[in-house]
Amino acid sequence: MSERYVAAVDQGTASSRCLIFDERSRIISVSQIEHSHIYPRPGHVEHDPEEIWRNVQKVIAQALAAVDLGVPDLVALGLTNQRETTVLWDRATGVPIHNALTWQDMRTDHLVRELGGDAGADRFRDRCGLPLATYFSGPKIRWLLDHVDGLRERAEAGEIRFGTMDSWLIWKLTGRHLTDVTNAGRTMLMNLETLDWDDVLLDAMGVPRAMLPEIRPSMEVYGEAGGDLAGLPVAAALGDQHAALFGQTCFDTGDTKCTYGTGSFMLMNTGAEPVRSANGLLTTVGYKVGDEPATYALEGSIAVTGALVQWFRDKLGLIGSASEIETLARTVDDNGGCYFVPAFSGLFAPHWRSDARGVIAGLTGYISKGHLARAVLEATCWQTREVVDAMNSDAGTTLTALKADGGMTANNLLMQSLADVLGVPVARPLVAETPSLGAAHAAGLAVGFWTDVEELRGQWHKAAEWIPSMDEAERERGYRKWRKAVARTMEWVDDDD
Amino acid sequence: MGLPKATVHGILQTLAAVGFVEQDEETGKYQLGAALLHMGSSYLDGNELRARALNWSDALAARSGESVRIGTLHEGRVLVVHHVFRPDDSRQALEVGALQPAHATAMGKVLLAAYRYVAAELTADELVRYTPSTITARDALETELRTVKERGWAADVEELVMGESSLAAPIEDRRGVTVGAIGISGPVERMMENGSSRTDLVSYVRETARAVSRDLGAIPW
Repeated sequence: MSERYVAAVDQGTASSRCLIFDERSRIISVSQIEHSHIYPRPGHVEHDPEEIWRNVQKVIAQALAAVDLGVPDLVALGLTNQRETTVLWDRATGVPIHNALTWQDMRTDHLVRELGGDAGADRFRDRCGLPLATYFSGPKIRWLLDHVDGLRERAEAGEIRFGTMDSWLIWKLTGRHLTDVTNAGRTMLMNLETLDWDDVLLDAMGVPRAMLPEIRPSMEVYGEAGGDLAGLPVAAALGDQHAALFGQTCFDTGDTKCTYGTGSFMLMNTGAEPVRSANGLLTTVGYKVGDEPATYALEGSIAVTGALVQWFRDKLGLIGSASEIETLARTVDDNGGCYFVPAFSGLFAPHWRSDARGVIAGLTGYISKGHLARAVLEATCWQTREVVDAMNSDAGTTLTALKADGGMTANNLLMQSLADVLGVPVARPLVAETPSLGAAHAAGLAVGFWTDVEELRGQWHKAAEWIPSMDEAERERGYRKWRKAVARTMEWVDDDD
Repeated sequence: MGLPKATVHGILQTLAAVGFVEQDEETGKYQLGAALLHMGSSYLDGNELRARALNWSDALAARSGESVRIGTLHEGRVLVVHHVFRPDDSRQALEVGALQPAHATAMGKVLLAAYRYVAAELTADELVRYTPSTITARDALETELRTVKERGWAADVEELVMGESSLAAPIEDRRGVTVGAIGISGPVERMMENGSSRTDLVSYVRETARAVSRDLGAIPW
């Protein structure tokens, strides 16, 4: 077979997957294995790094076998991964010294508040672009150093290695200890300007430099794999949301993608300079192509989007499956004046109010379950609108189109409402697996399988596009009502709750 | 049953013609038909069907290079519940929610072949002629539907729009009940070869229909 392919491994929170793409960016094979979640106590969520490594090897082998291909048919392997999940291993033996602390793990709750001190959550935002929060790796490393006997001494002596999932897998694959800028940028230890570990941050977190990997671009040949994969160049690594940005071909300043799942993640390309947010958005590295300057991004996450539909299904029982929300919503023509703000654990970007709780506003005797279903779907749209407004304001740009992906793009009414509420076209790409596509594109670019980003842009195709059909006055009236509903969520939580 | 054998036979023939019973070809015995199974069950939500078929239909568009649609029967017509653009970046409008005539489209023929009682109810007024090739005679439509049922896929060749052709295959659930049709459409120059539907495109469509059916719990075949 003369044709050659690129493989992508998506090491995600729930599973590890391998997708193989042909040179026209079409998926020709998919393989997936779920791994176990370990819950040692409430709020603690761990993964077994050895299990994940075994699964990654298996999914690559399975994806190749399914289409009768071998390692020599692949030009490169690209990685994309769940972000911030923290692995420490013994430098000499390669054995993990603890299960991986996942991004969902909240054991650093007290620690991050302590690290913030009087300055609060934004103490390190200028240097690393991130607020102190339980997600990020730096405090997770610190927790392990504080809680595993003798670990700090061994780390300072250079006997321990740290890595996010990309780093752990690259090390297992190639024997090199390195990470890419997008993953390093989620540790709270990397300086956004220098793209190197920052001594001030290392000191403040109490993390010895000796344990950290070298920070490399998102795409270059990191090394060749050994074992069953001998000779395969490992040529890209990107955090999942960053890979999705790349896979959605958001290469120009202002290009924006949003991934709609349980929660949603919006990233806007802001070009060669990091944009500091005045609205509580995260500043992050979008990607870095080889020796070219890094491309930065603003990130806004929405905690409750698909989760609200699940809540509607599981807790209210008004629908039997998530898809039925669209059927129920279509039994009525509009929301009947009803707005649903799902501030289940407070309001996040751009409000940042932990004292807020969810509200259904505008209830009258007229409201039926169909109106509620509309309000549930529109909650995702208005929350997106708020993040878009914050991004436009921070970056001084105006969103002209949104590239959407994720499971919720199957909901046609939601996508149309999104276009209506944002007032810009919303498109869904033909390859829905945007993180894997981004990792494959990056790896293919690094080895010259594809020439440049222009070629990749030509391979992005619209599978569907929703054009705004709501008039401006109606949109602004809806937004006004939404903001009034949001205002009613605040100051709900009391000190004695 | 206390009825003359010939009368029972006549009733069964009528029920078989509309799909309420089916006769086993080898044993000659009758059993309940797919149409009746369908009537007695909660029907598969079109939005659910779209969600379950999303990845497969994207892959079909990528492989075939043509636009993909999924349809269900709605009052004798085909309701488009999902539409994937042709991957060529030309300007296209989303057709979800549109209705197509059943007798003049491949998706419609697949659905009518599974629900003969719906075909039987189509009036002469509904069998509109769109092009010289549109099948408007009831006998001819019946013959066409039998062929579609036997071979498991349908084609429309310039029967709705001159110069356009479509191909479709049935999506079945775990009981083997047809819950929808998936198909591609495009210009005859790309869809046809030497006067027949391109066999590679036919297999892409059928493989995709089988894959979606498998995901819905249909027994692999």
